[in-house]
Amino acid sequence: MANINLASEGGVVSSAPESGSHEFDATKTRTQGQLVLRRFLRHRLAMVSFGVFVFLVLFAFLGPFIWTYDFEDVSSKSYQPMSGTHPLGTTQVGKDMLALLMRGTGYSLQIALIVAALATAIGVVFGALAGYLRGFVDTALMRLVDLLLIIPQIAVAAIVVKGFSGSWYVVALVLAAFAWMQIARITRGETLSLAQREFIEAARACGATTPRIIFRHLVPNMIGSITVNATLAVATAVLTEAALSFLGLGVQPPDTSLGVIVLENYGQFLNRPWLFWGPFIVLVALSLAVNFIGDGLRDAFDPRQTKVRA
Amino acid sequence: MIRYIIRRLLISIPILLIGSFACYVLVASAGNPLAEMRFRPGVTEADLKAAEVSLGLDKPVVVRYWNWLTDFLSGDWGQSIALGQAKTAVFPAVTDALWTTGRLVIGAELLALTLGVSVGVLAAVRQYSIFDYLATSTAFLMFSMPIFCVAVIVKNYGIQFNNVLESMGLDRWLTTAGPRPGGFTGSFGEVIFKYTGTFLLPTIALMLISFAAYSRFERASMLEILHSDFVRTARAKGISQGRVIFKHAFRNALIPVATLFSLNFGAVLSGAIITETVFGWAGMGTLLVSSVRQFDPPMLMGWLAVTATLIVLFNLIADVVYGILDPRIRLG
Repeated sequence: MANINLASEGGVVSSAPESGSHEFDATKTRTQGQLVLRRFLRHRLAMVSFGVFVFLVLFAFLGPFIWTYDFEDVSSKSYQPMSGTHPLGTTQVGKDMLALLMRGTGYSLQIALIVAALATAIGVVFGALAGYLRGFVDTALMRLVDLLLIIPQIAVAAIVVKGFSGSWYVVALVLAAFAWMQIARITRGETLSLAQREFIEAARACGATTPRIIFRHLVPNMIGSITVNATLAVATAVLTEAALSFLGLGVQPPDTSLGVIVLENYGQFLNRPWLFWGPFIVLVALSLAVNFIGDGLRDAFDPRQTKVRA
Repeated sequence: MIRYIIRRLLISIPILLIGSFACYVLVASAGNPLAEMRFRPGVTEADLKAAEVSLGLDKPVVVRYWNWLTDFLSGDWGQSIALGQAKTAVFPAVTDALWTTGRLVIGAELLALTLGVSVGVLAAVRQYSIFDYLATSTAFLMFSMPIFCVAVIVKNYGIQFNNVLESMGLDRWLTTAGPRPGGFTGSFGEVIFKYTGTFLLPTIALMLISFAAYSRFERASMLEILHSDFVRTARAKGISQGRVIFKHAFRNALIPVATLFSLNFGAVLSGAIITETVFGWAGMGTLLVSSVRQFDPPMLMGWLAVTATLIVLFNLIADVVYGILDPRIRLG
């Protein structure tokens, strides 16, 4: 019964009965996962964005195997215009721009995905613990957030990258150290209200341990907002990483990322505009696609919510 | 209210202390400011030791932090110790940089707020109109746009605009490489000409990003209010549309934006750092980047302490403003 209600709420009651043998089975029951997937697949903008995202992933990770030039290969002539051999031209030191873009997109994606995964894991565990246990744990978490809020991320990233190394995983760790707070705040807020509900009380009465309540009862009920915010964290991480690298405080050459490519080529904006617009378009496409996927997921998880973005 | 402010200030003190200690440890463990001295010709082991002692590097971190803190609080912010550079005092360097950044940020933020709020309100009142779709999609696009790319684009179109002016036989108007040294002189018209030329491009670049956040936020909060019960009541009483929107809805919809405005300080600062770098202004961003590159701990600590204090202050302002605008919130 509950499943049928859910289905009609989402507006996806299948009117055409399956040509099955059960005559009372006009309304197919679907799990929450199936419902969400269906709604997401029908969200046109989100699907287009998903296509763009998949294309960029393939471009970054399969592209280098197909494309003939390597991103470290400096054998080509300096500053060649767009041509058949170099579709996006070459840079000052004679690197092929297309090969550079593939590598840069790969690094940016890698960093952003790891940041989002780490931030979500830390944020969910801390947020749920603070919201469920309250008291000392909660106070400690909030003070930690207060502390992290007063130190600019950009300065910490700069000092860490200078003092330790500019490897991509160091950059990812610093970004994650500042990105988990948002997810922790949201998880904490939802946990505070969920923890008052009867099913949690029932679980506790049955003797469920704290980890079990958090991971088997609380987290599955927040999976919507966790997924949406993890997606948005990817978009933020892409832009933050690019900005840090652009200032020379993120990924360090010879490693490359989209920010590094823009930094190295933006001086050519007027004379050789393709060297700027190439990485720019990839960067904007990536961040737009991820943002739209997040929007689509939000609508898919909660169809009643109005489509107002804030 | 006064008691609340005092209490909040007292709470900020331990946070600032722990924060500055964390920063000190981070800076201290990030590297040795004398690392490069070792490789200079004619530097003996004894010279190195003497330099270490004179900088206090032979003492443990906690002692060094305590010394830095007491000096800092008594107004002695120390001197930069970057090698091969003239010794500059930290205090004037940081305050100069802050003033440069402040001039840029204040104008841009006020413009962004005014524009963002007006566009947000209009988009909410005319929901699903062409204007709304245009505003919403522009804001969404700007939101997904890397700030540094916007700055680069604005700067280069500025240069092209200058070239067009020059080909028409006029002066180059827009400055794309830092503020003019020596201030603005000349007749009134000339001052205006130079002033706008200097500030226009970085202000636009900085404004575009903040504008996106403010207009999206204002639209969402205005929509929520327009659909609330008290607005329906006001309409039912026969109050005119303009009065409902401006006297009833608009004032309430400003509350979340006012909070965002004060809480946004950190984001605005990093935006300013990027804009400054592209446009060559010697502000907080340039100071941070250069003192990290030359590894200058006293300068870095001065920078971090000033920004941390400012952020704490702006958070306090956000809470106080929130309390004033929304009487339902009881502070105390």
